[in-house]
Amino acid sequence: MAKVLVVTSGKGGVGKTTSTAALGAALAQIGQTVVVVDFDVGLRNLDLVMGAERRVVFDLINVVQGVAKLPQALIRDKRLENLWLLPASQTRDKDALTDEGVGRVIAELKTRFDWILCDSPAGIERGATLAMRYADEAIIVTNPEVSSVRDSDRIIGMLDSKTVRAERGERVEKHVLITRYDPARAARGEMLNIDDILEILATPLLGIIPESQDVLKASNVGTPVTLNNAESAPARAYIDASRRLMGEEVAMTVPVERKGLMNRLLGRRAA
Amino acid sequence: MSLKLLRLFGSRNATAPVARERLQILLAHERGLLGQSDLLLTLREEILAVVSKHVALDPDKVIVKLDRGKTVSTLEVDIEVPNNFDKSKAPVEQRMAG
Repeated sequence: MAKVLVVTSGKGGVGKTTSTAALGAALAQIGQTVVVVDFDVGLRNLDLVMGAERRVVFDLINVVQGVAKLPQALIRDKRLENLWLLPASQTRDKDALTDEGVGRVIAELKTRFDWILCDSPAGIERGATLAMRYADEAIIVTNPEVSSVRDSDRIIGMLDSKTVRAERGERVEKHVLITRYDPARAARGEMLNIDDILEILATPLLGIIPESQDVLKASNVGTPVTLNNAESAPARAYIDASRRLMGEEVAMTVPVERKGLMNRLLGRRAA
Repeated sequence: MSLKLLRLFGSRNATAPVARERLQILLAHERGLLGQSDLLLTLREEILAVVSKHVALDPDKVIVKLDRGKTVSTLEVDIEVPNNFDKSKAPVEQRMAG
């Protein structure tokens, strides 16, 4: 059964695209057939984070408007053969997307893939509502910071009212993914802690991605962080999260950076 | 400067509880305003309807807050009643309701 998963947040810059790429790659690595779809029309970036920016020919809008067929627009990842990208248009604006057109593309993707990960644009307007429109599940990416939590709450309300599932009286399964978390600062009371965020949002936790330099290193070279350095703390956190998406029970921890010497002394831990 | 540095290392400088408190108050309010289906909104509307049968109220001055504790939760209802209230000003449909 194909699953449509929207990665959303309301607020910009919290890590939606990074998370879409990292989770898409992690799911593909465990054998799932995955497409990551960029809904950020006009400001696409998923292609860049995936390292496919020079291979974009056709895009989501072309497919929605019937200018190109879906297989022409899909870009296969060079590292993982069961990972694909459907890029957004860089030149058009979000009004070129229609509810009906997006529905058609999603329905066609569902016949080809196990997972359809929709990378939502920031905001609560057309692009964001269309990205979540056909979702079965949602990941709400949240930073431990007041404006991000507030926007996440707003998005949760929209997932419960504006999606096709909500209109049918069904539920969109929602998960919070906390990114840029710093356990030391949270322990000192300088940062909202996990329990505070979960209590406020009243939504189950998918994973905790620690603040890490590895995220920028991976996007610099156009590789999902889970592929760039699978042993890094954020990669391990994303891999755990992807296993939870598959229904596995994985103990919730905040992975920490391994130091060179400690790493050698302790040996490599299986991911 | 040195004072700031001292406070940086002291637990008195824990700002996360402030963030949490501000968010809880704000979101309880916003959830009601945005018409999302949740308990607080329902409670707020029903309380407003009941009280409005007898007292003309400014709907914005009815604040319902739910504080979830570990063992018990408290429901705080804060209704501002104008001193010169006039029963006849309550909306007719709400007076008839119930």
